[in-house]
Amino acid sequence: MNFILSIIVSSLAVVILVLIPWIGVGALDLKVIFGVLVPYAAMATFFVGIVVRVIDWGRSPVPFRIPTTAGQQWSFPWIKSSPIDNPKGTLGVVVRMIFEVLLFRSLFRNTRLEYRRASDGTPSVNYEWEKWLWLAALVFHYSFFVIFLRHFRFFMEPVPGFVKLLESLDGFMQMGVLPLNGFGLPGVYLTDMLLMLAVTYLFLRRLYVSQTRYISLPADYFPLFLILGLGFTGILMRYFIRVDITAVKQLAVGLFKFNPTVPDGIGVIFYIHLFLISALIAYFPFSKLMHFAGIFLSPTRNLSNNSRFKRHINPWNYPVKVHTYEEYEDDFREAMVEAGIPVEKES
Amino acid sequence: MYDGGKIIAGLIIGIGLLMSPFFYNAGKAAKAPERVLTEKAKQAKECILDKAQMTASHFKLLDEWRHTVVRDGQRYYKRADGKVLYKSLQVTCMDCHSNKANFCDQCHNYMAVTPYCWDCHIAPEEKK
Repeated sequence: MNFILSIIVSSLAVVILVLIPWIGVGALDLKVIFGVLVPYAAMATFFVGIVVRVIDWGRSPVPFRIPTTAGQQWSFPWIKSSPIDNPKGTLGVVVRMIFEVLLFRSLFRNTRLEYRRASDGTPSVNYEWEKWLWLAALVFHYSFFVIFLRHFRFFMEPVPGFVKLLESLDGFMQMGVLPLNGFGLPGVYLTDMLLMLAVTYLFLRRLYVSQTRYISLPADYFPLFLILGLGFTGILMRYFIRVDITAVKQLAVGLFKFNPTVPDGIGVIFYIHLFLISALIAYFPFSKLMHFAGIFLSPTRNLSNNSRFKRHINPWNYPVKVHTYEEYEDDFREAMVEAGIPVEKES
Repeated sequence: MYDGGKIIAGLIIGIGLLMSPFFYNAGKAAKAPERVLTEKAKQAKECILDKAQMTASHFKLLDEWRHTVVRDGQRYYKRADGKVLYKSLQVTCMDCHSNKANFCDQCHNYMAVTPYCWDCHIAPEEKK
């Protein structure tokens, strides 16, 4: 599928996902379906789907060590080794995984190959530092994480302390004091804007870099658009088309207590936001978003490089029929002795 | 399963963390607060704007008032229907809504909102 068609298909899918609750709640008033049934169905799909996929991954055999060896292996004490990038034991692997999960270390090492011809025609290949992808990815993931945790003020009663701390840190710039009357209150969150910026960058990068444009599929654009839509409806709801958030919290807490209530007075925009997040988490187990669990199960990252000093046996080796030298000698000893060929056993 | 124990343990921890709102709320009353109106507020029957707008966007109005009063010196607010109101949190708003604890605070606490109104304004003394 070419990229224009991919973008059309995936943005159309997001538009449909916005229209379903808009019509469903706005016109048909199906609040129980969109406020209770859809979120429950989505959560069930999410949890069951994740368990099934992780168990499925766990069942696949990993008999051999296949870590990417991005540094010098441990060998002699006088050769300097790289214990994180080429870990020899569990400790190195744990450190490597922490760097990978929290700081996206392997993405940080990303380089861009550039092929150029100088003015005199000599070709040259350069490996350029490429940090923008890493930066945008890091900003995006951490913003999303902070926003997710901030939402716990709707999920939990009483609100735990870390959520309050996060809120005050996130809104510390108090942009409500900008000389724009009535705009940007309550305290504007930094992560909201950073998330939108980072996702937009990640989308534009896909289009701008010809190689990524070539390999991008609707499955790549769709989650980006869905998250953009999610952020957009959230920002809209917080700063512009407001809803009664005490009623929203009543609904959310009711869901988590298995005692759902659908209070009146919540605007359609909330149901659109809720439907988009339901769609996102229901889509989760079937999509590339599963890298969230998959990163922990990456054999190229989570295995120690110990093949040199620990034997790993392939479990599906069939018994090989062998004919040893001793047996060979037994078969031909007399002929060998006769021909003067030395044998190990004389008789 | 290779490293089955570790995978299952990780899975249980991960799913457990994601399901924490279920465990956290279980067995708690978690009642939504009821807005309590004073007698005066009940008699007045109307607020600055209609109820839905006041519930969702009262802070926007207060912020507008703050900016226009403090920066532009405009002390009066003309409503869409022509009624003129004195822009003041302590004099106009708190005149009816004198029950800060039951009117302002309980919802703010429920939603973990910490408005900075009372950093400068003097909170009214409440008659119990």
